[in-house]
Amino acid sequence: MSVTVRVPSALRKLTHGRGELEAEGATVRDVLAHVGRENPDLLARITEEGGELRQFLNVFVNGTDIRYEKELETPVSEGDEVSIVPSIAGGRE
Amino acid sequence: MKQTKTGPVASSTLDTLRCRLCGTVTEAGPFHVCEECFGPLEVDYDLEGLHGTLSPELIRSRPTNLWRYRELLPIERDPEGGHAVGWTPLLPAPRLGDALGIEDLWIKADSSNHPTQSFKDRVVAIALQRAHEFGISVVGCASTGNLANSVAAQAASAGLEAWIFIPEDLEPEKVVATGVHGARLVRIKGVYDDVNRLCAEVADRFGWGIVNVNLRPYYAEGSKTVGFEIVEQLGWSLPANVVAPMAGGSLITKLEKSFKELEKVGLVAESRTPRLFGTQASGCAPIVNALHAGESRVQPVRKPDTIARSLAIGNPADGPFALRSMLDSGGWGEAVSDDEIVEGIRLLASLEGVFTETAGGVVVAGAARLAREGRFAKGGPTVLCITGNGLKTPNAARATFELGEPIDPRLSEVVRLAEAGQQEPVG
Repeated sequence: MSVTVRVPSALRKLTHGRGELEAEGATVRDVLAHVGRENPDLLARITEEGGELRQFLNVFVNGTDIRYEKELETPVSEGDEVSIVPSIAGGRE
Repeated sequence: MKQTKTGPVASSTLDTLRCRLCGTVTEAGPFHVCEECFGPLEVDYDLEGLHGTLSPELIRSRPTNLWRYRELLPIERDPEGGHAVGWTPLLPAPRLGDALGIEDLWIKADSSNHPTQSFKDRVVAIALQRAHEFGISVVGCASTGNLANSVAAQAASAGLEAWIFIPEDLEPEKVVATGVHGARLVRIKGVYDDVNRLCAEVADRFGWGIVNVNLRPYYAEGSKTVGFEIVEQLGWSLPANVVAPMAGGSLITKLEKSFKELEKVGLVAESRTPRLFGTQASGCAPIVNALHAGESRVQPVRKPDTIARSLAIGNPADGPFALRSMLDSGGWGEAVSDDEIVEGIRLLASLEGVFTETAGGVVVAGAARLAREGRFAKGGPTVLCITGNGLKTPNAARATFELGEPIDPRLSEVVRLAEAGQQEPVG
């Protein structure tokens, strides 16, 4: 599945300035891993050591928070938009 | 504008923002997120440097608006607007206190704030001043209504373009009170949390000053003025208990900050934090649910279902911090049903003459529960933060009274009504 990953400006120095990345995968975890192969600094910044998302970062698939789906195992389909959005003040805790 | 990191430092001034999680310090620009850990950024003041420079006499000599505390607010220049914002009444509420069983009860009536009758006028005044200082000409917000009203009104008087993003099902009164100011009103097919996420992306894409997103570190500081005013209006003494509504959870954290800052700069002598109590509607109570479950994690509510739309934020931005403020101060939190909210509105209006919106009903009803549970500290004032005006949610109050049939304009008709109500004519 080919999806578009939207990267916030705060992270674009880790993607050579690119705000949108194309990636492959069947789940959000796959997609982020795929993105991480070309942008290892980005992957290191957005995930904890165990591979889970950082506390104050949220990921949305077509506008739906993956916390309401299956977290990183949320499936993605061809053409989906995966947005990485820093929390407003609060976070995943 | 780009963030410049200067690394963790011991103290700071308005030149910098500090991450509430990792302590990293960045330039004080229109940013809300730490680039290192994505934690929230907060304004950091040189409070030790201010110790002894502020006195009750100095503050009393200033105009009665929120800028009287300007050394403790994140502004750099003389304020352009907001000269009638804040300094709302602190009203003794003995009749409501008798009904709820709370001694020495007070109402902080932001329902009469200027220009849009809610506590949001405070935070917006700060955010727009900061937008002005940054040279930002387009402002906006994600809103459940009161913030929309205030951004639209204050942007109008400041000559700024405003883009207001709201859930499509907002109360018509709040829609009208926004659109009339000439703001660009964008209705979103979704709940508040969808609107909020979209605004985070809008701020990132367009560089606008979204007051509760990229201007949030400054905006949120405006809430402190509720606490400053309560203390000044109580004669520079701390209340024993404060009850606030919780939507995103920011207000209660800033109340805590306000009391601590007044102590640090020497404006209050007491070294304690009043007990802080947060209230929510049970149809959207993510913070209270976490509190009652003993969790530090706030599980979002996906589909809020309550008449208290202004509190219907399922994914509260400051939820974990609000939890800490309640627990660290010895306070607690309660959630109340829609029926209790309506009864809270009725009690406040019929006993104290203050007509509040649904969020105020949540506070009164929550205080009733907290009083029954014996949660309040004794021996000092208890203050209820009434943050909005009932004219914005009139339908919620419609069931609180009966409206009889119209009568003919004849005295006999009134005599009939008086006899039915057991009122004897005097002559």
